Amino acid sequence: MSQLPSRDLLEIDGLEPQHVTAILDSAEAFLEVSRRPVRKVPTLRGKTVINLFYENSTRTRTSFELAAKRLSADAVNMSVATSSIKKGESLYDTAKTLEAMHPDAVVIRHPESGAPHFLARHLRCAVINAGDGMHAHPTQALLDAFTIRKSLGRISGLKVAICGDIAHSRVARSNCALLTRMGNDVHVVGPRTLIPPDFEKAFGVTAHDRLEPALQDADVVMLLRIQRERLGEALLPSLREYARTFGVSRALLDRLAPNAIVLHPGPMNRGVEIEPELADDKRSRVLDQVEAGVAVRMALLYMLIGESQSSRAPT
Amino acid sequence: MNVKSELGDSVETILDASAVDRAVKSLSSEILACVGSRAIGLVAIQRGGLALAERLRESLPNDQRLPLGRVDISLYRDDAATSLPDPRIGPSQIPFDVEGADIVLVDDVMQTGRTVRAAIHCVLDYGRPRRIWLAVLVDRGGRELPIVPDFIGETLTLPASDRVDVDFHPGAERVTRRAR
Repeated sequence: MSQLPSRDLLEIDGLEPQHVTAILDSAEAFLEVSRRPVRKVPTLRGKTVINLFYENSTRTRTSFELAAKRLSADAVNMSVATSSIKKGESLYDTAKTLEAMHPDAVVIRHPESGAPHFLARHLRCAVINAGDGMHAHPTQALLDAFTIRKSLGRISGLKVAICGDIAHSRVARSNCALLTRMGNDVHVVGPRTLIPPDFEKAFGVTAHDRLEPALQDADVVMLLRIQRERLGEALLPSLREYARTFGVSRALLDRLAPNAIVLHPGPMNRGVEIEPELADDKRSRVLDQVEAGVAVRMALLYMLIGESQSSRAPT
Repeated sequence: MNVKSELGDSVETILDASAVDRAVKSLSSEILACVGSRAIGLVAIQRGGLALAERLRESLPNDQRLPLGRVDISLYRDDAATSLPDPRIGPSQIPFDVEGADIVLVDDVMQTGRTVRAAIHCVLDYGRPRRIWLAVLVDRGGRELPIVPDFIGETLTLPASDRVDVDFHPGAERVTRRAR
């Protein structure tokens, strides 16, 4: 009996609330493993996890690598700069090549939406989406949910404000999908040019172009990184203007609910999304998110690789 | 006493409430006598060992209440490929310093020894104890690894297919055996 509906984790869609709860519950146990003197358990000994990264990413790749290693799996990193991907190999051929190496899981980050789904159709092993284009980043949403539940004691009935470049953000999409599914009141806020017109309807959230109504009595504020590399003049004239209108100040934080927390997927632009000194405010849970990231990814590897075996084993 | 369960197989009470009580008391006095005044702590093997470890702790004199930790061995199993139907992992927590300590591992029923092997491995990830002892309420035989308990409540020899259940509900404690 598998606890998850699929052998892959490609997006939040398809996960029911009980699956999310099962992942978060398992992650609690793995958080404890990361705090022991010996931060390694033998659970996935002999398993192989390939991290296939077509985009630069230090934290997500490191987090997945640590998660695999703390479970005693062998983790191999393939990044675009050092592989035949640069030499023009197609994703299909890469998939087939990987298959021949008999991995138990492939973790993929890719600039094109849907690349992990393509890989999943061609690989027998588990595929985990570590971020695809603007589409989804499910492990980030799960680690955010874990951090929220750990801080506030629950992951439903909360007002959550997601601030920034919603349009280009896979973090925003996966978080909206997960948080609305768990029964939260989700608000997105940013310049109108950076919130797609159909976003409210597609995700069942409320959109704002001013921070005040979104942050009023919010339990969770999730700041997104302004991705300088993705901004054109037409969407946003300058970072300074953005900081003035959408940067979170102390006065704005005072509008939040009493025990509110502030999240950021990193890396943070101090002075853009948030006033520099507020990044270290007591409400900030940024470092808890990093710790949660390893625990949640350990839970997923355990549930996807460990159990895909047990479900096929004869009884 | 033999009764038929709803499944039609035979359920036999091996230890009733007073026998369970006697077994717990004798285990705790043996533990005290043997490990004496050394720095020790109890570590229960989840989930079956926890209720027994709590009982053992309660039956110790007030000034010798040992600290109690717990380990979940799911992550250390040697049969992960054919594991339990509900693989949810419980919390592991050892609230005392394992380094150099005498530790008593506690489980309700011992059979193959594989669970104990996994629990020992888990405890060693918290530090290097001076010695690990092992206390079990029922040793039912059927060992597959060379592991021998130091403290045993009741020794039985049962067919491998029999099931032994320990119930610690206050006032209704009992150990039963079900032939299959």
